Amino acid sequence: MRWLLGKDLLILRRSRVLVAVLVVYPIAIALLIGLALSRSPGKPKVAIANLAAPGAAVELGGSKIEVGRYYSQLFSEVQPIKVKTREEAVQKVHSGEALAAVVIPANIAAKLSSVLSQGQLEVIYNGDALQQSVVQSKIQAAVAQANLALSVQIRKLAAQGINLLLQGGDLSRLGIAQSHLLGLEQAPSVLREAIAHQPPGHVRQELLRVQELADFAARNLNISKDVLATVGQPVQVHSTLVHGRRTPLDTFAVVVAVSISLMFVCVLLAAGGIALEREDNTLARLTRGLVSREGLVVEKLLLAGGCSLVLAFAMLAGIGAFVTLDWSRIGLWLAALVAGALAFGALGVAIGALTREVRAASLLAFLLSLPLAFLALVPAGAVAPALYNVIRAISAVFPFKAALQALDAAVNGAEPAIGGSLVHLLALTLLFSVLARIGLRRA
Amino acid sequence: MSDEAVLSAKGITRRYGERVAVREVSFEVRPGELVALIGPNGAGKTTLLSVLAGVQSADEGSVGGSAQGVGWVPQQPAIYTKLTVAENLALWARLERVADPRETVRRMLEQTDLADRADEQVGRLSGGNRQRVNIAVGLLSEPAALLLDEPSASLDPIQRGRLWQFIADLAAQGTSVVFSTHNVAEAERCARRVLVLHEGRLLFDDSPQALMQAAGGGAAGDKVDFEEGFVAFLQRAAGSERSAA
Repeated sequence: MRWLLGKDLLILRRSRVLVAVLVVYPIAIALLIGLALSRSPGKPKVAIANLAAPGAAVELGGSKIEVGRYYSQLFSEVQPIKVKTREEAVQKVHSGEALAAVVIPANIAAKLSSVLSQGQLEVIYNGDALQQSVVQSKIQAAVAQANLALSVQIRKLAAQGINLLLQGGDLSRLGIAQSHLLGLEQAPSVLREAIAHQPPGHVRQELLRVQELADFAARNLNISKDVLATVGQPVQVHSTLVHGRRTPLDTFAVVVAVSISLMFVCVLLAAGGIALEREDNTLARLTRGLVSREGLVVEKLLLAGGCSLVLAFAMLAGIGAFVTLDWSRIGLWLAALVAGALAFGALGVAIGALTREVRAASLLAFLLSLPLAFLALVPAGAVAPALYNVIRAISAVFPFKAALQALDAAVNGAEPAIGGSLVHLLALTLLFSVLARIGLRRA
Repeated sequence: MSDEAVLSAKGITRRYGERVAVREVSFEVRPGELVALIGPNGAGKTTLLSVLAGVQSADEGSVGGSAQGVGWVPQQPAIYTKLTVAENLALWARLERVADPRETVRRMLEQTDLADRADEQVGRLSGGNRQRVNIAVGLLSEPAALLLDEPSASLDPIQRGRLWQFIADLAAQGTSVVFSTHNVAEAERCARRVLVLHEGRLLFDDSPQALMQAAGGGAAGDKVDFEEGFVAFLQRAAGSERSAA
């Protein structure tokens, strides 16, 4: 077997284009993933025409919120190009200099201050559907954030007013020229004292009713602050993970990239290796007593598995330069990579055993691997339950999903635990090795 | 030289599903014999050689002589095109577990006149030279019998001439050679014994001259072309089969 392994490595060394692809492919994928994860997406260029007067402010309950401060939230999410007029903003969008334009009308502060009508922003888009979608969602998210900030501000002001009403105090803060306001909470005791000096009769009865009203109002106004908070932000998100361990998106992306590279390199190499024996007509000569068919399957499996293991590990280490990985788990990484390489290798040998030439084997390997990787990444709930069950069944009989889960468990400690995935991969290795052996009966 | 058979087929039958490719074929090959296996397309020549070489198993019957004692040269060169001539010979010598691979490779390069092409990749060689490497691989284990499937099919006349000279030398040195061919004139010229296979049956097993007599030529002294005689023989054989049916 060692002579055959040596021969295959020699052939591999002489196939310079193939070696270049096998080396460059994982490096390129590792670099792309690394750069994508380490650099935030670029901010879209947006023309901003702020038509409000400089220093314009929204006045609420005697407090002022500057329009400029309010919209700084918007500018932080985009790369702003400040313009002076709406026409200028439209021109920037037309020329492609900006992907969108936001026009802040002159009357925005007055409208917000009136509390009776909503302020309105004008957004002008250009570019293709994808760019529009990105810019639109960024601006909408920014406006939602800014509105939330404004609503918090309004709520604070409203709470101050309610406090003043309940506890009384200096009204000059609200711009009212009066020295001191009696609070609703003090009103009942003041009324009780007044009622005590009041003789029985109609006036006393009316004062008792006013005292009841003051009691009721004081109690209910106290809870109105909580009501205002709820109205301002009716839904808050609290996350609870019911099952498994949360895998950060960046390290999961690493695991996906490494798994895909491991799969392609291993399946293509194994399928090509065995198909080359047929293409060179050497299979019949080998199997007439020189090498057993089982030995040939194992040899190709070791060749493809070994090469892809080295490349996948190098890739993982390469991405480690961009993403923090727990190197103390290196033993688990290797276990997952070895099991994955064996299963992919066996799949590749089975594909190669069914085809008569290298090109057909490579094509079949691609056609089979790509959709399998895609299917394995479809999350539960993204498709109808019946279809998801079919996808799960298909993914279970091919190694990609099990390899992905094993590597995710090894790198990120994610659920399901690595043991089950390793057993799954070894079972698939056995299954595809048997299929490969059957395929090799046709010399 | 012992006259004991180095290769024997006893009642070999090989089927592909319902179709019978080889039907109860029996014969023996003695040391140094040069045997041509001829027959029309689909007669079962390649299947019979594959069974004799141990590449395929017989459904019935048996083959005498071990696979190691039989060298096999398939019609399409079965060698690695990305390896050099010497690397191919060394690899196959090691797989054949020959005692001294280096010495064997050197000897085969000399014997096949490929020493000056030893370091060339097989994929860059001409068809004739590839076939020589293919034959050299078949001879690495110094087999008692060599089976060649259409060895001259892809060669030009000069290369064919060199090939038959090489095969004749092998036979002269005691190696038994069984080769299949479409070219019946080649069989007449190079072989001392002819096996005629038709629809999987062995119809004739004797010298080329005997085949001419069986075809109705030769004996009367009139000059009959060997190919015409072969065709006439097949037609007569087919006619007898029809009337027997």
